[in-house]
Amino acid sequence: MPAIELRNIRNFACRGVDLEVISGELLVLLGPNGAGKTTLLNVIAGLVEYEGSVLFDGVPVDGLPPQRRGVGYLFQNLVLFPHLNVASNIAYGLRARGWPRERVKARVEELLELMRIKHLASRYPRHLSGGEKQRVALARALAPSPKILLLDEPLSSLDLQTSKYLRSELKRLQRELGITTLYVTHELAEAEEMADRLAILLDGRIEQAGRPKEVFFCPANEKVAAFIGAPNILECDSFRSLGHGLVEVSCGGLSIVVPHEGDSVQKIALLPRDIYVSPTKPPGPEVNRFKGVISDINATPMSVRMTIEAGGKRLLAEMPPHIFESMGLKVGQEVFLILKLRRIKVYENEAGE
Amino acid sequence: MNLLGKIKPGWGLLPVAVFLAVWEAASRLDLIPGQFFFPPFSVVMQEFYHLIVNGVLVDSFLSSLIRVLIGFCAGSIAGLVFGTLMGWKEVLNKAFSPIISLLYPIPALGWLPLLMLWIGINELLPIAIIFICSFFPICYSTASGIRSVDSNFVQAARTLGASDLRILTTVVLPLALPAIFTGLRLESGMAWRVIVAAEMVAIPTGIGALLMRAESLIRIDIIIVCLMVLSLMCFSFERFFICLERKLTRRWG
Repeated sequence: MPAIELRNIRNFACRGVDLEVISGELLVLLGPNGAGKTTLLNVIAGLVEYEGSVLFDGVPVDGLPPQRRGVGYLFQNLVLFPHLNVASNIAYGLRARGWPRERVKARVEELLELMRIKHLASRYPRHLSGGEKQRVALARALAPSPKILLLDEPLSSLDLQTSKYLRSELKRLQRELGITTLYVTHELAEAEEMADRLAILLDGRIEQAGRPKEVFFCPANEKVAAFIGAPNILECDSFRSLGHGLVEVSCGGLSIVVPHEGDSVQKIALLPRDIYVSPTKPPGPEVNRFKGVISDINATPMSVRMTIEAGGKRLLAEMPPHIFESMGLKVGQEVFLILKLRRIKVYENEAGE
Repeated sequence: MNLLGKIKPGWGLLPVAVFLAVWEAASRLDLIPGQFFFPPFSVVMQEFYHLIVNGVLVDSFLSSLIRVLIGFCAGSIAGLVFGTLMGWKEVLNKAFSPIISLLYPIPALGWLPLLMLWIGINELLPIAIIFICSFFPICYSTASGIRSVDSNFVQAARTLGASDLRILTTVVLPLALPAIFTGLRLESGMAWRVIVAAEMVAIPTGIGALLMRAESLIRIDIIIVCLMVLSLMCFSFERFFICLERKLTRRWG
């Protein structure tokens, strides 16, 4: 039985959302700004009005106010109570539930330990760094031991380094606690790294839900494909291991080296922006380099996309407009391509997944 | 309460000392014609001492102080309670805010004729005036302070399982404190301004009445003494609330 089930959720931002979150999994809700991600979390927490039905473990909770839904919610802007110190912030949910003083104290200690913020216990939020605030907010959400955890872009406000570190820690924590988690983000890379499963939310609708690789290699429709960056997906005919974690695959007339350990490669994928295009032959070893002909150019103010025929395949490449102009590329021109090795994603046979 | 300790003594008092010295000198040197209408500082201080010793100033001051304290405490407590209810419950806000916003702009002294006829001239009159002068602004600032607390805090508290009453007392009221204290501070000074005016017009005791009697006897020194007392009281009442607010919000504010 799914831990969370949404049935035909409708309100100002959601247009008929159906979604199941399996007990103990981390489901990433991925979508652009304004798609309704936060609203959907608010629906689950009971903070906004909606039509439709929300079920926790098969039991409808639509009649319950947020206080009684027992959901841990990490808000995007964290909303730590500025007038309470770290320990009191964490204890807030426990005191609200009327826990006796000793138990509150013990549980707060436990969480300070778990989040490694013991030294911050008596500080006030305005004296904390971004990463520290994040930990405190998470500790506060986890303190009452909720069965469901909602995380709204938990790392978006942090610098790259802190964000990367917290990401892996968050994932580890989620596994350890086995808590059913809905994780909202608009970043594809973050989603792929975190997700057990992925749900793509576009314009108030779930367009696709599945394992990250499934979504990436088999986008359900044009909208999903466009959102994940319109990757070039190539079927592989044969493959040969080169050792050192590299495999050479042949896709039609192209033989491509990809980073992979394993014994079967079914498809490979590469985003248009990870294909380097040049009118002159670039120096360097002949690995993942091909000659092609531009068959179509599609320029927008943000980027220029070119369709390039190479080795009997049709590849989509993308570059910023100013680079495109400096190269002076035209339709019918012969160009040199480099497929950036480390950016190539690999999809194995079902058995290998 | 250490009034001056909060100001860096040398710098805060220096301009005051210079002002008093110039005053004394101007008066003594007859720079302004008619010393009778412009007594020097030292003469005023002598009179200050006399008035304290013979009990006139103390009596007047105490009767004004008691009126202000009772009226202001009652008015602000009522304003706090009512403002809290209005800020917290949208229904009450919808029901009462039109009325409050019509009554709020009436100057407190404007009520005086009406209250004189309703209550009569007795101890209740100045207290009622101070009550009105404190109630409306504090009710208003409390309600708007509570309404301006970021609703995210309320939502966070709700997902953490807190009841409405608990959210009000542990999240909303503490976060509204700065706005509430601004109202309290301004009105505590205003109460003194209003009581003096009321006593000058309608009530035969208190600092305001003393001022009027001094005027009719052309005792400029007594008038200045009264003004100094008023200045000190306004200052220390407002100061008291500034310090109290700092104490309450210092660690996080």
